[in-house]
Amino acid sequence: MENRKSELIEEIKKNAKEISYPLIAIIISFIAGGFLIYAFGKSPMVAYKSLIQGSLGDWNKFGETLVVVTPLILTGLSVAFAYKCGLFNIGAEGQFIIGSISAVWAGWAFNGLPPVLHVFLTLAVGAAAGGIWAGIVGWLKAKVGSHEVINSIMMNYIALNVSNYLTMTFLNEEAKAFTHEIAQSAKLWRFAEAFAQFKYSRLNIGIFIALAAALIAYYILNKTVRGYEIRAVGYNPHASEYGGISIAKNIVLTMVISGMFSGLAGAIQIAGVQYRANNLFGFTGYGFDGISVALVGNNHPIGIVLSGLLFGILQKGGSNMQLNGIPKEVVGIIQGIIILFVAANFVRIVFDKIKENRHLKQKTIREGK
Amino acid sequence: MWTILSILFMATIRSATPLIFSALGGTFSEKSGVVNIGLDGMMTVGAFSAVLLSYKTGSPWLGLLGAAVAGGLFGLLLAFLSVNFKANQTVVGVAINILAAGLTTFLLVGIWGKPGQTPNVEYFQPWGPFNIFTYIAIALVGISYFVLYKTPFGLRVRAVGEHPAAADTLGIDVYKMRYICVIISGILAGLGGASLSIGSISLFKEGMVAGRGFIALAAMIFGKWHPIGAALACLFFGFADALQTISMTLGLKLPKEFLYALPYILTMLAVSGLIGKAVAPAADGVPYEKGKR
Repeated sequence: MENRKSELIEEIKKNAKEISYPLIAIIISFIAGGFLIYAFGKSPMVAYKSLIQGSLGDWNKFGETLVVVTPLILTGLSVAFAYKCGLFNIGAEGQFIIGSISAVWAGWAFNGLPPVLHVFLTLAVGAAAGGIWAGIVGWLKAKVGSHEVINSIMMNYIALNVSNYLTMTFLNEEAKAFTHEIAQSAKLWRFAEAFAQFKYSRLNIGIFIALAAALIAYYILNKTVRGYEIRAVGYNPHASEYGGISIAKNIVLTMVISGMFSGLAGAIQIAGVQYRANNLFGFTGYGFDGISVALVGNNHPIGIVLSGLLFGILQKGGSNMQLNGIPKEVVGIIQGIIILFVAANFVRIVFDKIKENRHLKQKTIREGK
Repeated sequence: MWTILSILFMATIRSATPLIFSALGGTFSEKSGVVNIGLDGMMTVGAFSAVLLSYKTGSPWLGLLGAAVAGGLFGLLLAFLSVNFKANQTVVGVAINILAAGLTTFLLVGIWGKPGQTPNVEYFQPWGPFNIFTYIAIALVGISYFVLYKTPFGLRVRAVGEHPAAADTLGIDVYKMRYICVIISGILAGLGGASLSIGSISLFKEGMVAGRGFIALAAMIFGKWHPIGAALACLFFGFADALQTISMTLGLKLPKEFLYALPYILTMLAVSGLIGKAVAPAADGVPYEKGKR
């Protein structure tokens, strides 16, 4: 009993330490952002107050924030899932775009299906398209060994152009720079239909789908044989192969599942928020932000949900800062600094250095005596 | 026909110029073993700093210098984090892109008071058919080739990128070489950005780099991590871009999206070994730890 207790405390301590590193990085970044705001003659307090008010100020704003958080969680899961297998999926953006445009097609072409079935089909088509798009990258990696980072960057741009081509041709709304609207039966249920508090927000059940996806990702990775194999390949591919785990199979499968998360994000964006796809001039950013979300969330599903919320608040609150005369771009800077800190493991390395120095100092003092 | 060809040729060179700078930058960085996904962001800060300095001083030459310094500083950041902190280079590159976009748009509003674009500044008028940047770019291709393949310095760079431990044993300072190359890479990407702002139009616009850093990255890979190969790839990608702009006049029925996507499709084919295998330096993207076997 005593043992169990100390074990538990040890576990909590370890987890607290893991959480504290990104948390310190986030706080430092906000302080740095504050200095920047101050340097331009604005009050950091006013800025951060409006950041919070703009994103969490009332139910509608909170709803709109969650609308942004939904795809962020999913693309974050997408990046994290691939990372567990040692793959860097920088192509979440392209998979998101392909998922979106495929969902538009499914939502528009199968007009007349019963609502629940149609919604399910639309999301499934989006997820499958994202899965295939990422699967190509995985297959190339497994088959000819070409690097997934390069290929997925290229696939991002190809996705953008494929989507634009379809938007302007097969799915084009006459003389407009966007697609047809999806059928009523393909739209996700919105909170505004039942709750007056969310009347002016586009919040939909997509957020629950995203949370469920986080659970599923956790389950696959930690509770199934497949997940064990995926993590084994990520940890040490050669040892895994020696142990009878196929590297190639797991790489392809991981990329497909990873792409499905991003594709689903795109499909939810269509079925729950936009109802149609636009001719894109540049990337949506959801896929790239997924990298940040995964990184700050330490590639852990719960961490990803929390960091998705953080980035959602930054994005939604940013526009409110603009109204108070503070350029919303400061949010981009804060985001960049957070990632740099977390990516470089800055806090941990500095802490270890300090500890080491103190240790050395004590040692020299002791020896001096 | 002749006029169309000459228009096509000119447009090709013009689109290729900024790409050549950045692709050469990428070559230096990756030859030394550091992946530079941040080229796009470095181009952005270069384009912005060039305009800022030209605006403050009235001299595009100082703008040019500013672009080089700003790009170099971002290169220093990448070098610091990936060499000393051994961070994931791809992630740092992504962060640099985000940071660059945020920083430039923030300063744009902070300095000129309104978002979108800067006022017009002094810029480089074309000399003859092209801008000064084009001539510099062409010269740099030759210089880069010479430096990387014909000098002891270049040999060391390649050694560090292929087998850092072996290079270290021979007394080459791996960290120093990587620092130098990544900073050069930032400087070149910064200049590439400047060629977009003070080299063609006289202002900085939000999002004006528009992913050219990634095309440059693609060109470097398509050119097999070789300065001349990279430059030829840039010309080819520039040609695809030019073709797209004048395809209307030529009456081409190709969808413009296909021409936009062409460089990326070709790059994928190249890295997958369908158009000659493109192989990266062996230690590309792997942080080097002293004394580790």
